[in-house]
Amino acid sequence: MAYKIIASQCTQCGSCEFACPSDAISFKGEGYVVDSKKCTECKGEFDTQQCASVCPMPKTCVPA
Amino acid sequence: MSEPEIKVGMTSSAPFDRAPMAPAMRGGRASSSYDLSVTDDIDARIWERIKDHPCFSEQAHHYFARMHVAVAPACNIQCNYCNRKYDCTNESRPGVASVKLTPDQALRKVLAVASKVPELSVIGIAGPGDACYDWKKTVATFEGVAREIPDIKLCISTNGLALPDHVDELADMNVDHVTITINMVDPEVGAKIYPWILHGHRRYTGIEGARILHERQMLGLEMLTERGILTKINSVMIPGVNDTHLVEVNRWIRDRGAFMHNVVPLISKPSHGTYYGLTGQRCPEPFELMALQDCLDGNVKLMRHCQQCRADAIGLLGDDREREFALDQISTKVDYDANMREAYRKLVEHEREDQFAAKLDANKAVESLGSSGTLAVAVATKGGGRINEHFGQVRELQLYAVSRKGINLVGHRKVLPYCLGGVGEESALDQIIVALDGIDILLSAKIGDGPKKRLAKAGVRAADAFAYAYIETAIGALYIAEFGRKPSMPTALPL
Repeated sequence: MAYKIIASQCTQCGSCEFACPSDAISFKGEGYVVDSKKCTECKGEFDTQQCASVCPMPKTCVPA
Repeated sequence: MSEPEIKVGMTSSAPFDRAPMAPAMRGGRASSSYDLSVTDDIDARIWERIKDHPCFSEQAHHYFARMHVAVAPACNIQCNYCNRKYDCTNESRPGVASVKLTPDQALRKVLAVASKVPELSVIGIAGPGDACYDWKKTVATFEGVAREIPDIKLCISTNGLALPDHVDELADMNVDHVTITINMVDPEVGAKIYPWILHGHRRYTGIEGARILHERQMLGLEMLTERGILTKINSVMIPGVNDTHLVEVNRWIRDRGAFMHNVVPLISKPSHGTYYGLTGQRCPEPFELMALQDCLDGNVKLMRHCQQCRADAIGLLGDDREREFALDQISTKVDYDANMREAYRKLVEHEREDQFAAKLDANKAVESLGSSGTLAVAVATKGGGRINEHFGQVRELQLYAVSRKGINLVGHRKVLPYCLGGVGEESALDQIIVALDGIDILLSAKIGDGPKKRLAKAGVRAADAFAYAYIETAIGALYIAEFGRKPSMPTALPL
């Protein structure tokens, strides 16, 4: 399972990239994207998905 | 904080302690925000640490420049006055930067700026994002800068949430100046400012989040104070939310050893896209800010010269040169030459010594006259110890009392500028006349005939004959012309 970023709402603050424990988020072209192969939804590591927790925009980092 | 040992300037000399004042000047507090002469509550060691920092010393901001590098964009709290977009080239306010930099890019840019801006004395990380949260990038940047330019001051701005985790490392890296943004000490107030925080990899909302933030801020401040790191507290004044509460904030930070308090007005427009901008939260009026500052004055040193600069500002406060240094204009290999900055610092040192000597001479001349006359003088100045502000643009007058005991700065008076957009405002002039009650002479760099006549009617002689002279030199000459047997000046005053 993986998360994705809704590009139209993303403010590109970059907090998700920093917070992601799996190094699954990177800046590509116009915005941030989640590498679905690397994303673990933070299972086993944290109680909440770190990208969604730190994202200032509601419903922008969501389950794919 | 250390006890005062050696006083800088002349404040320790006894003759100045009881200078007579005009009746209206009584109660005027001796100010501490001026310069060498008025460092009455700052000891020599503190002065050494702030004299080149434009944000921590009002006097330094006329001479020295800072550069902000936007290297740490990630943030662990959400503030209602912040929108985490960084692409705001046309705006000049905290939190916005046109480009985020990697630590390597930042170093390259710092070297390029240091080679072209001799006034540069401080490198700061001030957003967007939080320097203590996005810590690795902060460290990488500072290490590079400290290696290449060892004499530069390092400085960070933080919301305080992650601060306690890094205080020791800050001390190790010689970061001597830290700014914490503290907008509340009551979590109920905090909940109206911070929708959430991220702490220990968990998101906390409402009062719970604000309480954690508050506790971490106070802990961080105490830890910095313990290690002797100078702290400036920024508080955003939000009408109806925390404006009256900031008095309480001021008390808390004073008790925890904060060096300076800077109350900044909320900046909020719908176009900024912030929560406050979109909900129509109003910004404070200048007079509200001033009233709050006046009511806080005297507890912690108050910063009154803040320009609310961009998160990637470069240059002197109020003179942003950020656009001259676009990253793509900077060559990949920058050779930094320390000579220009060194020469500039020597020049400033010389100017400061010169000013100090001029002051000593003027005082000696006044004292040796032995006259029983007294004068109350108001001065329009932008700093640097000179009469260098236009009467129409002055926002704050410095008040001096002169007697045989010397020339003594006795206070400040705030005024609203008389010229707004080049046109004299009659009602503003009326207010200035009220503010000048008890003053004999007003000195400014320039004054028009209209206001000069109005002031004369009110009993205040105004002159611009001493434009750009050192304040004490001018006042001393005036005093001698007025009360000396053989005037050294041709007339008492060109009226």
